[in-house]
Amino acid sequence: MTVVDTRRQTYPVGIEGVSIGSIERQVPTGEAPALAPNRQLSVIGKPIPRVDGRAKVTGAARFTVDVKLAGMLHARFLRSPHPHARVVAVDVSAAERHPNVRAVHLITATVGRAVESAPKDGTADSRQRRVLYVGDPVLAVAATTPRDARAALDLIKVDYRPLPFVVDIEDARADNAAAVFEGPVHGVGFVEGSSNEAALPQRGNVRGPNRAGSRGDVTQGFAQANVVVEGEFRTQVQTHCCLETHAVVADWRPELLTVYLSTQYAAGVRNELAAAFGLPRSRVRVVVDAMGGGFGSKSSAATYVRAAVALSRIAHAPVRLVLERDEEQLDSGNRPATVQRFRVGAAQDGRLTAMSLDEYGTAGVGLGAGVGNIAEAMYECPNFAITQHDVFINAGPGCAMRAPGNVPGAFALEQVIDDLAGKLLMDPIALRDRIDLNPVRREERRIGAERIGWSRRHAPSADAGPVKRGLGMAQSYWGANVQMNSACEVRILRDGAVEVLSSVQDIGTGISTVLAQVVAEELGLRPEDITLRIGDTDFPSGPPSYGSMTTASITPPARNAARQVRVQLLEAAAPALGVAPEQLVVRGGRITSADSSHSISFREAAARLPTDQISVIATRSEDYGGFGRRMGDMASAKNHLGGVQFAQVAVDTETGIVRVERVVAVHDCGRPINPLQTESQIHGGILQGISYALFERRMLDRATGHVLNANLEQYKILRSRELPAIEVVVLENYQGMSSTDAYGVAEPALIPTAPAVANAVHNAIGVRMRELPMTPATVLRALGRLPQRSPGV
Amino acid sequence: MVCNSGDEKDRRKSATMSRRAFLKRTGLAVAGATTAVETGFATGTQSAAAAVARVTASPVVGPGTAGITLNVNGDERLVSVEPSTTLVDALRDALGLTGTKIGCDRGSCSACTVWLDRVPVASCMLLAVDVGGRKITTIEGLATGEALHPVQAAFVAHDAVQCGFCTPGLVMSCAALIDGNPSPTPDDVRSAISGHLCRCGTLPHVVAATLDAATTAGGPR
Repeated sequence: MTVVDTRRQTYPVGIEGVSIGSIERQVPTGEAPALAPNRQLSVIGKPIPRVDGRAKVTGAARFTVDVKLAGMLHARFLRSPHPHARVVAVDVSAAERHPNVRAVHLITATVGRAVESAPKDGTADSRQRRVLYVGDPVLAVAATTPRDARAALDLIKVDYRPLPFVVDIEDARADNAAAVFEGPVHGVGFVEGSSNEAALPQRGNVRGPNRAGSRGDVTQGFAQANVVVEGEFRTQVQTHCCLETHAVVADWRPELLTVYLSTQYAAGVRNELAAAFGLPRSRVRVVVDAMGGGFGSKSSAATYVRAAVALSRIAHAPVRLVLERDEEQLDSGNRPATVQRFRVGAAQDGRLTAMSLDEYGTAGVGLGAGVGNIAEAMYECPNFAITQHDVFINAGPGCAMRAPGNVPGAFALEQVIDDLAGKLLMDPIALRDRIDLNPVRREERRIGAERIGWSRRHAPSADAGPVKRGLGMAQSYWGANVQMNSACEVRILRDGAVEVLSSVQDIGTGISTVLAQVVAEELGLRPEDITLRIGDTDFPSGPPSYGSMTTASITPPARNAARQVRVQLLEAAAPALGVAPEQLVVRGGRITSADSSHSISFREAAARLPTDQISVIATRSEDYGGFGRRMGDMASAKNHLGGVQFAQVAVDTETGIVRVERVVAVHDCGRPINPLQTESQIHGGILQGISYALFERRMLDRATGHVLNANLEQYKILRSRELPAIEVVVLENYQGMSSTDAYGVAEPALIPTAPAVANAVHNAIGVRMRELPMTPATVLRALGRLPQRSPGV
Repeated sequence: MVCNSGDEKDRRKSATMSRRAFLKRTGLAVAGATTAVETGFATGTQSAAAAVARVTASPVVGPGTAGITLNVNGDERLVSVEPSTTLVDALRDALGLTGTKIGCDRGSCSACTVWLDRVPVASCMLLAVDVGGRKITTIEGLATGEALHPVQAAFVAHDAVQCGFCTPGLVMSCAALIDGNPSPTPDDVRSAISGHLCRCGTLPHVVAATLDAATTAGGPR
């Protein structure tokens, strides 16, 4: 523990419009003073248009796919056409003779999937690589043009020995199932709260149970219950479908490896690549300007990134590797499918006495198909038993996707709680008021219920006629995460220019605008006066853009750096004003004495700087009240993020079509910095949630192991005709935890949507939807108007 | 075209090959009927195809590269393209106009939307050699100098932008809508963008921005 000097400071605490009090904290002396609630500020909390908006609407924004370097080669993967096969021989000689082929790179190691723990037995067979799914990369080539790269692949001969395979989760669990792996595996999962590094039992294709999170005694708990509800829920594989496919341009030079990458974590990838290629971090630079969506799938130096770097090293030329859309659907990650068996017991007054969850999920050949910690953490329940299992199938590895675990987890949990309310003859909101002790969500339920008109909610299936309407609600739970390894530099130049520098990347969430606002507020300037230089590891290491942690991690360092550089500016300006530096205020682009008698412009003050520029780099301090959890550089605040959503649906009982007509979303993210961008992100969560609830599903063919809808026509995603009316309310929830008191919202905005829709469908038709997506066929089956079929993945 | 008959990979490819993929791989384009896919409409919408089906009479070109002239954003630009080069590849690679994006390269996401004679089309579904003398407008050519098109300005003001990758295509479809229909309804906007995919989920702001742009533009420009 580092010893730091501290001072006492009073912070606003509470929800704006409900009650605001104050709390005294002991904070490090380097921290900027307490920030007033948003209504007293001039830039923070205002709906400022995003700073890169103009570049994005004029086509000027530079994405990784737009990077063009002199002498740049074009790379392409050769991918397995088999769901499971041994690669007996690869003949690349004809391709290497192609005049425009400059490099061929055989893939010998992949990242992002489970790794077999047992040492190889040394037989010829075991030394041959096995491809584990259709689309598993075998090798990559780099050629002068994309056409040449494609032609080169046609010249390569691969001798595959096909092996038995399995792509259905139920088939894979059978005792006689084809084995995906030859022995026990290990690896790191990606679901919050999961501990996949621990040794777990493995039998056939099933690894688990993982009982982490269990507490109390459920047998005793169920014995105490007056009411028990249970159900089995199934969720599908969803794919990220970033509009910009995974893209990299790698430029290997003896003095510096530069990697232009569409990534959610420039600093993390820099460190990974340095380790993978045995380079000091000083010789690896990762750059990302505009970034076309990631949703969890662009977080690491994955196989394609390493392949591009390897090709560039061989060819001594920059290499561009951009996945095609079908490759994207096969091999860039996905949200795992799950089967969840829930059982909940409660006393007559609603108090939960026991909850058990038995889950089997599949991340293909990856680990981490758990359903997160939402069932463990959202409601008060003394006895909780959880058993989670990874089931391996011959399909591309899953990876983190926006709120991994909690999205499928909430779909099941929130419907079970709704069922419990029905059985107890309680209103679902009244039940949650009893079992959810979080005061912020309580307020969110109250506001949301009022906005949606919850009081007019009728009994299930009460509408006459074939189209039935219903209201439903569901809740979110997500950690208020922080990456402590976050730094930001703020510079003031002699001409009055202000620069903010960090490797943090703006993936569309608007962090550049947020940083401009935070620094402008501190320096009495406008956001447009601030120059953002981000997305480049030449700058101080910023946090990742995942885990809803970016704003919470990087805005406090930005504000603290701005504060410290402002102190230096005022020291330089004070003599000209004849006032002590601490008597000066910055406001409206001017430096003014506290009594307003003396004043110079920011630019005039900057002209008096002792050097061409002054600069301060600040880092993230711990939350003032301490963290709830800390694991290395990662931490979670004591208070988690809430969020409650309400949905109104119309279900046509003759066609089975579900329409979401209206959504009311009430969320909290500490102090919202930019309400316009926050609303955009919440829209995104809701629309991805409806799309997950009603349309999306990766389809695997049981007979061939091929993905049947590796495109954007047959993989259905919500479009404009399915837009509901959306109303967003964002609370200002002050907690006095950091110099900005700001946290994230991206993941909480998605978690409750699908269960809110499902609960609304239940309210409409009186039938519980236990399977996603809720297609017309599944709705008609649930209504008993179509025969049942065995579900698959 | 390199073709190893009997190879599993090729059999799989040929089974899924579209007419366009066939054209791209054979490297030969023949004069004849060319159907441009109008974007903004879901793939397969009859009105879309009917609206812009055109017969062009381009000369036989290829195999090998050919020099053609494209009218892009008001300028005649000479480009050297393969007969199989799509319009979007010609714009992005040959002319450096990278504002137009490729999301799927098969006409299902509309990220590549440009105007042909002021009608929005999917530029990934057209061969450059088939464009002929029609006037191409890309996202780079929409603003008038520093003055943004009202739709562009409204997209910024309403935050109808998140990652920004689908944005140029959406802007082109929405701008074409209000240029042709000065007072669109919300349904008109939803219809105009129904072929576009936005994964960030920013469409509510797109609708609001376009309606606002129509109001502030005060009619067709």
